Amino acid sequence: MMDPLLKVENLRIELSTRAGVAPVIDDLSFELGHNESISFVGESGCGKSMTALAIMGLLPEGIGKVAAGKIIFDGEDLTQASESRLRDLRGNDISMIFQEPMTSLNPVYTVGEQIAEVLREHQKLSKTAAHNAAIELLDAVRIPNPKGRVNDYPFQMSGGQRQRVMIAIALACKPKILIADEPTTALDVTVQAQIFDLLRDLRAQTGTSIIMITHDMGAVAEMAERMIVMYAGRKAEEGDVRQVIEHARHPYTKGLISCVPHIMADPTLEREELTEIPGIVPGLAEFGQDRCLFAARCNMVVDKCLGARPHEVGFPNGQNAACWRAEEV
Amino acid sequence: MAELLEIENLTVRFPIRKKDWGFGAKRYLTAVDHVDFTVKKGQTLAIVGESGSGKTTAALAIARLVSGETSGEVRLEGQNILPLAQEDLKAMRRKVQVIFQDPYSSLNPRQRAEDIVREPLDSLTDMTDAEKRETVDDLFKAVGLRPEQKRLFPHQFSGGQRQRIGIARALSTRPEVIICDEPVSALDVAVQAQILNLLRRLQADFGLTYLFISHDLGVVQHMSDSITVMYMGKIVEHADRIALFSSPSHPYTEALLSAVPTVDAERRKETKRILIPGDPPDPLNMPKGCRFASRCPIAQAQCTQSEPTLKPVREGQLVACHLRDGI
Amino acid sequence: MSDQMTEPTIKAQSPLSEAWDMFKRNHAAMAGLVVLIFIVFGAIFGPYLYPGQPFEMVWAPFSPPGVDGFLLGTDYLGRDLLAQIIHGARVTLLIGLSAAIVTVVIGVTIGALAGFYRGMVEEALMRFTEFFQVLPTLLFSMVIVALFGASLPMITFAIGIVSWTAVARITRSEFLRIRELEYVMASRASGASGLKLMFRVILPNALPPIIVQSALMVGSAILFEAGLSFLGLTDPNVISWGQVIGSNRQYILESSFTVTIPGLAIFITVLAISLVGDGLNDALNPKLRQR
Repeated sequence: MMDPLLKVENLRIELSTRAGVAPVIDDLSFELGHNESISFVGESGCGKSMTALAIMGLLPEGIGKVAAGKIIFDGEDLTQASESRLRDLRGNDISMIFQEPMTSLNPVYTVGEQIAEVLREHQKLSKTAAHNAAIELLDAVRIPNPKGRVNDYPFQMSGGQRQRVMIAIALACKPKILIADEPTTALDVTVQAQIFDLLRDLRAQTGTSIIMITHDMGAVAEMAERMIVMYAGRKAEEGDVRQVIEHARHPYTKGLISCVPHIMADPTLEREELTEIPGIVPGLAEFGQDRCLFAARCNMVVDKCLGARPHEVGFPNGQNAACWRAEEV
Repeated sequence: MAELLEIENLTVRFPIRKKDWGFGAKRYLTAVDHVDFTVKKGQTLAIVGESGSGKTTAALAIARLVSGETSGEVRLEGQNILPLAQEDLKAMRRKVQVIFQDPYSSLNPRQRAEDIVREPLDSLTDMTDAEKRETVDDLFKAVGLRPEQKRLFPHQFSGGQRQRIGIARALSTRPEVIICDEPVSALDVAVQAQILNLLRRLQADFGLTYLFISHDLGVVQHMSDSITVMYMGKIVEHADRIALFSSPSHPYTEALLSAVPTVDAERRKETKRILIPGDPPDPLNMPKGCRFASRCPIAQAQCTQSEPTLKPVREGQLVACHLRDGI
Repeated sequence: MSDQMTEPTIKAQSPLSEAWDMFKRNHAAMAGLVVLIFIVFGAIFGPYLYPGQPFEMVWAPFSPPGVDGFLLGTDYLGRDLLAQIIHGARVTLLIGLSAAIVTVVIGVTIGALAGFYRGMVEEALMRFTEFFQVLPTLLFSMVIVALFGASLPMITFAIGIVSWTAVARITRSEFLRIRELEYVMASRASGASGLKLMFRVILPNALPPIIVQSALMVGSAILFEAGLSFLGLTDPNVISWGQVIGSNRQYILESSFTVTIPGLAIFITVLAISLVGDGLNDALNPKLRQR
């Protein structure tokens, strides 16, 4: 049994705000295996993007820092790594793609130059070799006429094409992990389908593990094998995607899945009200307390939930949920 | 049921600014291209499409909020509202209101919540101050906000609450039609459910007619009674809800439906993913014939020769496709 | 009620009071504000508290500061320098403020019209603005003063007429940005149009950079006036700091204190204004605010 590619242990990330220090990630542990695809799901402010930034060593300077825990990548603890070591890894062994391709690509450089830069930085390729490799990469991400487009600027491309360029940059050095932070949220649904298709194919070719961050349960079902549901900086539930969707073990997960109007194959004339999760997500100031942070919105709340932070309850199929009443969900 | 809103031959185009002192032919971007549809009173018509489809421009043109050149007719209760001005325009604005997409930029950051909700009453009605105060209080309660929050500023509310303020504002003049421009796209899913439920309750309570713009087909299936699908400024399909989702006619509609990622394992097994390649054509250089032909999986020679027109394919379902219109 | 459960009662906080909180935390800006208040106080009440008169010849010329009982010494005509500084403060600040007001009124009007109406109106107004922008400012104001006399109103006007272009550009830029925002469209849907939209909806939101620029304008107007006075293009019957420098400029090498002291006064005032302006910029800039 191989060691997991990425092992995060009891990670605690603190954010300094005007009101004090808040644990935006509060005691998070998970593993990512080789050639595995997992997804972090949650609403805004739950800490899923912070986790990704922490792995990349890109926490906002002066404001965010790793307060406790380990991020072990291929046997090496990244929380202890130097900035130059992290720079070696970024774009090389661990890559990231972001939500807004227009602002993630530099508008004053051509797409070819941006792809080539990564190759020259990490693989020390010559200018010509990198340029040619860039053309091949554009072809690999299915940009038509790659030779003609390698000298285009980002503004000359559509949103979907720019996202492909981002993917090309991210995968140029064949990283072991690709982190995709809401990669298709800003794209049309037909373009989203193309991108997911592309990512699945590339993954099959290169064996890269993928961590996808999203709020869209449908996207999770499409792309991931395992999912981790985040709430208020904590892991609410973890498990195989099919199994969690079929039978969620945390009231929040259950609510999240059932509150979205899914397309039904046979719609009926009668439409019921959508299941609501009342209230709103807690603000940063409420993170870190020793009680269940979902209690105020939960329809299964009991006194115990307000008294202590729930432990993770494991289930035989590998699912686990942080809820005092997980068995009854 | 009478048609409350009739849109006929609606075209919206924008001149492309060229700084060459006016020599040479003026070029236009035609965002909405001769579009026809109707909405029945008390129902929800959804306009669906991706970016570049013209759905938002069409909706805002109906609300008289678009600055391009607009031609055609938009009839509200039989009266064409496009040429209205002054007092008549004010009367029309009382009847047609808008809920905007972005809760973070659709509220004036320097106005208190109560003033935002009051603004239409101030400009469009002759109510007394006392009447307006009472109306604002009632509206706050109707949308699920506490009247004590009246004096707060937008940045002190959450996204969902801001959207509720926007809804209260739209309801203030007791409109007949509310144009909902992607009202939940910018909200978290749990809040989306709250707002969608609210919109449906308000529709029942106030007898509202909705023109609902969205790119999210799941939301559309939940909210709409009939649906118009737009692509590159034209309508490609129009059908009532059950027909569109159980038997779509146009290849674009099929592709759109199959592209939506789904949690439903059954549905994923049944639906074959239709991938449409590439990108939409350049709107300034529209190709000859059907606009979808360049990406259509079933395109044939005639598709690039002539543009298809909307034809009925069965009761209540219209499609603009040479190969699917049953002729 | 759906999302009310986890809401504590919050007090309404207007953007203005939020900005003040932000400003208070900027120590340099607060220091500038204190100095400025002190200077303004001195300008208003100084003449009542200090008996000296600026134009009275009371002693021998060029008496150094501290000697002979004159705190700041005497100028080339034997006049009390401290009295000149105190009385001059009023005029200097008045000119600074008035010129800034003229600048802002012209600049905002032109910028707002250009940014709101666009098209030919914008083109015409922007060419007009560029014309004034490329004028050599000092020369042009000299011409105005030479032609129409060096009275206080004329000096104020001369400074204002060459300085408004920066404010116009900022205003236009803000209007261009804000008019695309959804709440402007929402106001249109609520029945607002034209002037109401410009001045009740857009302008209040365009104020932050305009306010900052206006604050800095006061400083530059003061410097401008000093420049004009240095060249002798000022009303000789009214004492201002620039005038003190100007009239003593021939003696800069022998009795430098007659020039450096008013120069220092101008320096400190303009510095205080700049610090306050910077503080305003940070306080009013929404991007720097941590939500």
